[in-house]
Amino acid sequence: MTTAAPVSRPTGAAAWSVPSRFALLLLALAAVLAFYPLYGEALFPGQHDYFLQKLTAIMILAMLAMSLDLLVGIGGMVSLGHAAFFGLGGYALALLGPEYEAANLWTTLPMTLGAVGLAALVIGALSIRTGGIYFIMITLAFGQMFYYVFNDAAFAGGSDGTYIYVRPAVAVFGVALIDLGDAVTFFYVVFAAMMGTYVFLRVLLASPFGKVLRGIGINPQRVRGVGYNPDAYKLVAFVIGAMLAGLAGYLSAAQFGFVNPSMMSWHHSGTVLVMVILGGLGTLHGAILGAFALEILHAVIEARTEHWLLVLGGLIIVMVLTLPKGIAGLLERITAPRANRARTGHEDRGES
Amino acid sequence: MDFTFFLIQALNGVQYGLLLFLIASGLTLIFGIMHVINLAHGAFYMVGAYLVWSLTGVFDSFVVAILASIVCAAALGWVIERFLVIHLYNRDHLDQVLLTYGLILVLNEVQRMMFGSDVHSVAVPEAVRYSIPLTDMMSYPVYRLLLAGICLALAVAMYWIIQRTRLGMWIRAGAANREMTASLGIDIRRLNALVFAAGTALAAFAGMIAAPLSSVYPGMGDNVIIISFVVVVIGGIGSVKGAFLGALAIGLTDTFGRVLLPEMSSVMVYALMAAVLLWKPNGLFARA
Repeated sequence: MTTAAPVSRPTGAAAWSVPSRFALLLLALAAVLAFYPLYGEALFPGQHDYFLQKLTAIMILAMLAMSLDLLVGIGGMVSLGHAAFFGLGGYALALLGPEYEAANLWTTLPMTLGAVGLAALVIGALSIRTGGIYFIMITLAFGQMFYYVFNDAAFAGGSDGTYIYVRPAVAVFGVALIDLGDAVTFFYVVFAAMMGTYVFLRVLLASPFGKVLRGIGINPQRVRGVGYNPDAYKLVAFVIGAMLAGLAGYLSAAQFGFVNPSMMSWHHSGTVLVMVILGGLGTLHGAILGAFALEILHAVIEARTEHWLLVLGGLIIVMVLTLPKGIAGLLERITAPRANRARTGHEDRGES
Repeated sequence: MDFTFFLIQALNGVQYGLLLFLIASGLTLIFGIMHVINLAHGAFYMVGAYLVWSLTGVFDSFVVAILASIVCAAALGWVIERFLVIHLYNRDHLDQVLLTYGLILVLNEVQRMMFGSDVHSVAVPEAVRYSIPLTDMMSYPVYRLLLAGICLALAVAMYWIIQRTRLGMWIRAGAANREMTASLGIDIRRLNALVFAAGTALAAFAGMIAAPLSSVYPGMGDNVIIISFVVVVIGGIGSVKGAFLGALAIGLTDTFGRVLLPEMSSVMVYALMAAVLLWKPNGLFARA
């Protein structure tokens, strides 16, 4: 299995030990993003609203990418059906809420996460019993099953999907706390959700559970030898990852106001997997970087040619052949103090 | 459901299953011997269909177009193995998934650039453009029978090559233990190239002979690859016999599912896969 940068460090504090200059760079990028609603209008007059919406969408994709990183990068489970849970989260909001009024976030969100978690429990239990290549094929098949179910389902609008006319309401005793209908408010809610997901996963990985999971990603036989049951840990991680994907899907459906089966298609799973790899596997922040890099590239290329998928396909092939650690690995190497650089380079050779 | 109707559906199911076998057998052999998971295998099915559609226009003969297309498809497979897949032999499954996924995107987009997004149809060859009457109302097209016959003949030929010839012995040896086979002086690199080119040609051939029935359209490989994975998972990865039985099971399940339980039909094959996985997690004929 491809191992990621933090894994190669021997100490248990690996989860927190992002190189400090690199950490500063990440913080700076987060600040640039966080203050966007304040300076966006001045910097990009005319396009500000579009950019605000685009950034919100990318942050949701970044959450999805992080949730997949938990499976692929940490737990060593290459899932090609992850988008199914994203889609399920979106459809749950569309189907659970009333048609022409705002859905209640306090009831629909837990129900959504419960439904997605249950689906993940069944699929995970069936696919984790087998390893490696079977896991890839089975998650792909089940993901596509959900796609076809919703593609054929009359109650969910079939291949056209269905609409959510009003964003969910966040109220306590009938008093609206925040208005998700406001673009800037929604931006900050999604920003908080993304940062919350990141911190949650960091804490999870620093916990004993996370350490066992990382161990499983590197060598399940040894973890079994120490006395843990890898399948149980993988299943829990699979369900957590799926629920986070469901949360992202819920937010995405709330943002765009509609859901359709293409949210679940395996091409979506593939694209998100590319984000994770592009950013750097198993690092979490890499998943965020990858989501932004790929989506910005997408927007830039799409403005020039209609053959974005050709560029994406070529990019993937080149990336696999030349850039094993993704953008995060590249940035980490560039920002690393000079003395460490030789060592990092050495690690590269050792691992790839 | 009367007998004739049942017979027609059974024939359709078997014919669909045999077609799936052509794709799944290449997929399972490529995994069995090279340990490479090839997502782009369905794209080769699409390539075959488009090749035969464009070459029928050039040669004005379906049979000649098929022969020429097979040569092109095998050459394409050989080139892809030589320049891309060859880098994947010692990489993990994730890299294989990514690279072959990238290949799908490239092939799909090249198809769109060359042929556009329209649906095309390929005419059934005139010699077999008639149907055998079964009752007053129902008849069965000869082309479908011919297609099933060709697939069956290929399956038998494949069995014979793998079990009875020296090449087949090398293939079985390569699947059992690469390093040992290589150290016995067998050129495993050439064997890899050969198997990959043959697998590509088989998948493309399936697309060619299916073209008159299913028409030729963008993304036609994407649906086929998922079903082929289901076939391989059911049969056991690396097992050609498993792929054969799995393909027939899927072909019949899908065909009868559409007729008997139309509202459940999209789930039937996956339910079958889940049932097999509960019973035998590594498929019906998994090698240990």
